[in-house]
Amino acid sequence: MPKSIQSIERAAAVLRLLARGPGRLGVVELAGSLGLPKGTVHGILRTLAGVGFVEQDGITGKYQLGATLLHLGTSYLDVNELRSRAINWADALASRSGEAVRIGTLLEGKALVVHHVFRPDDSLQTVEIGLLLPAHACALGKVLLAYDGAAATAAHRVLEPYTRRTVCTGTELTRALTEIRERGWAGEVEELSVGVAGVAAPIRGHGGLVVGAIGITGAVDRVCDRHNAPRAQLVSQVQDAARAVSRELGAQRW
Amino acid sequence: MTGHYVLAIDQGTTSTRCILFDFRGRLVSVAQREHQQHYPQPGWVEHDPTEIWRSVRRLVPQALAQAGIGAEQVATIGIANQRETTVLWDRRTGVPVARAINWQDTRTDGLIEELAADGGHGRFSTACGLPLATYFAGPKIRWLLDATPGLRARAERGEVLFGTIETWLIWNLTGGPEGGVHVTDVTNASRTMLMDISTLQWSDELLDGIGVPRAMLPEIRSSAEVYGKASVVLPGVSIAAALGDQQAALFGQCCFTTGEAKCTYGTGSFLLLNTGAEIVRSSHGLLTTVGYKIGEDAPVYALEGSIAITGSLVQWFRDNLGLINSAPEIETLALTVQDNGGCFIVPAFSGLFAPHWRSEARGIIVGLTSYITKGHLARAVLEATGWQTREVVDAMNADSGIELSTLRVDGGMTADNLLMQFVADVLDVPVVRPMALETVSLGAAYAAGLAVGYWADLAGLRRNWHRASEWQPKMDPGHRAAEYASWQRAVERTFGWKKIGRSQGGSSTPLAARAVRSHRGLTDTP
Repeated sequence: MPKSIQSIERAAAVLRLLARGPGRLGVVELAGSLGLPKGTVHGILRTLAGVGFVEQDGITGKYQLGATLLHLGTSYLDVNELRSRAINWADALASRSGEAVRIGTLLEGKALVVHHVFRPDDSLQTVEIGLLLPAHACALGKVLLAYDGAAATAAHRVLEPYTRRTVCTGTELTRALTEIRERGWAGEVEELSVGVAGVAAPIRGHGGLVVGAIGITGAVDRVCDRHNAPRAQLVSQVQDAARAVSRELGAQRW
Repeated sequence: MTGHYVLAIDQGTTSTRCILFDFRGRLVSVAQREHQQHYPQPGWVEHDPTEIWRSVRRLVPQALAQAGIGAEQVATIGIANQRETTVLWDRRTGVPVARAINWQDTRTDGLIEELAADGGHGRFSTACGLPLATYFAGPKIRWLLDATPGLRARAERGEVLFGTIETWLIWNLTGGPEGGVHVTDVTNASRTMLMDISTLQWSDELLDGIGVPRAMLPEIRSSAEVYGKASVVLPGVSIAAALGDQQAALFGQCCFTTGEAKCTYGTGSFLLLNTGAEIVRSSHGLLTTVGYKIGEDAPVYALEGSIAITGSLVQWFRDNLGLINSAPEIETLALTVQDNGGCFIVPAFSGLFAPHWRSEARGIIVGLTSYITKGHLARAVLEATGWQTREVVDAMNADSGIELSTLRVDGGMTADNLLMQFVADVLDVPVVRPMALETVSLGAAYAAGLAVGYWADLAGLRRNWHRASEWQPKMDPGHRAAEYASWQRAVERTFGWKKIGRSQGGSSTPLAARAVRSHRGLTDTP
């Protein structure tokens, strides 16, 4: 078993102390209670404040548990906030790739379209925000499943076929999701509707947690090369956009 | 022209941005820096022109470095700027005589009343298209000349120069004290109250009336022509466009045809309608302004409707009521309910702007019942922006005789899908968001690129314009009419709340209070 990480244990102790009492605690009190140097505790508190797990009172400088911690199990990132932060990058992706761009999050096992940029050819298109897509049958959804174990397990139970190329066995889905995690993007070639292909990549928030997916969809002959695989240039454009949005959301390494 | 880019300098109220665009109008790199807001007295707002110029000097190389290009790859420079902000400086040293007086600054309110005493707030509006208000640059110049001993004499001798921000930047870019070019463009000049809107020249009547010596004024040029070449920052590169920011957005949205309009949704919102060659005088509380003028071409005019509180109502909902953590969450909260539940919010926080111009109005929430939840309030917050847009569009339709057929939108609030659908619903026209949200910078880049032949013509620019999203009206006409009637009844209930001569219901924000009073005065003028 790997060695436990000391700073995480200490952070947990700080949170327990803050959760115990009704009032706020200062750095000195916390350091005293835990028998740790003030500097160490201060560093832990700044880190926890950065992810929203603790909040510092503006006047007294003392700390309490943060609101984020209370909603840990529910919503991580508001979908409208996600759209607002991603909008410039989604426009740029549509402009570069020449294809329609969508951003999705998981909602009850399906991929919910939270943002949609039209294909830049000024043809008649309608806003698809609010649309629910079967997660196993599209690139956006497969990315979201690949990074959410519980949703992936649930998705294995119902794998409805939409075309003859839809992933519809558990083994196939497991293999597809593993591959997506390894290469960092998902493809979709006529799996949801005939003639349509797509590429998607994960959007990460603080600490690398996947909070959504961004991708393009378009006619299979534009999106795919001669071998019927998504064109490398489009894949890298999608990944660049995903990284840019992730940085916007505060993810460090992506 | 491949491998070449156009640089836009967007000098705004809170920050300066330098953005590089490629031939297809795509954003290549952005460098941004905020500058300090100075509030020396209540109602006063100042910027340090030297700090702004220093920002530009730092940001331009940053934008180039980000894009990995050299100065020789910059085809030309275009400037978009915060409007009406007034700088006076010494021609010989290049040192400002004072900090710039910002457009929001209301120190000229006494002067405005003094000027209005002789002929009313509308006494200059035939000549310049604007009512007397603290908003505009001319009275700010006069205030500085009055407040500083000896300054008027130096200004009359041409030793002290005036400029709005684009003038200040162009003068510095082209050498400052060593041969700096002293010019402004028609859109910025149209916000001074000193330019005759028909001839596009400084008017003796206006200069005498407001009390500004001609010798200190820049030469008025078109919005798109080569004003000169930079001698610093990007030596040898031409400076070929200047537009006030809202006019730049109109141009960046490719509203080149009479009847095309855009609305920029920010803390406040600005709706501009292209009225073509015609100078439309408003009888419904709108401003008549120059939209743009490309080189030798005839000027294109515009009607402008400004709404004081749109995005700032969402900020108020977040910061003062604490019902949401971030502005975009307003949409999430609003979607927890089906409709407004009969609740309306009229955000007349410091009176109402276009088309009402009621300074004594104050905000209200009406229709409260025990049924109303915070979700309904969130709906009412968003709907307030929609209905205020509708009122300005109605005023524009009435003044211009042109029925708006599509509204082009930009600005931060366009990320709110529910709001954009609601705007389409209440206007009963499609609402279109273009792929480039940075329409202000893009407009400046487009104008400069046209002037130097980087882009051939307006049709070429139109080809770069793509729909990113379009919202079609879906609301039942009967429901729309009923809701609009309720909104209008709610607006009426805000009137007359603040009693004149007593400070009741909180103090006003500087701009709003005075601009509203001045505009209201205009409609009251006998």
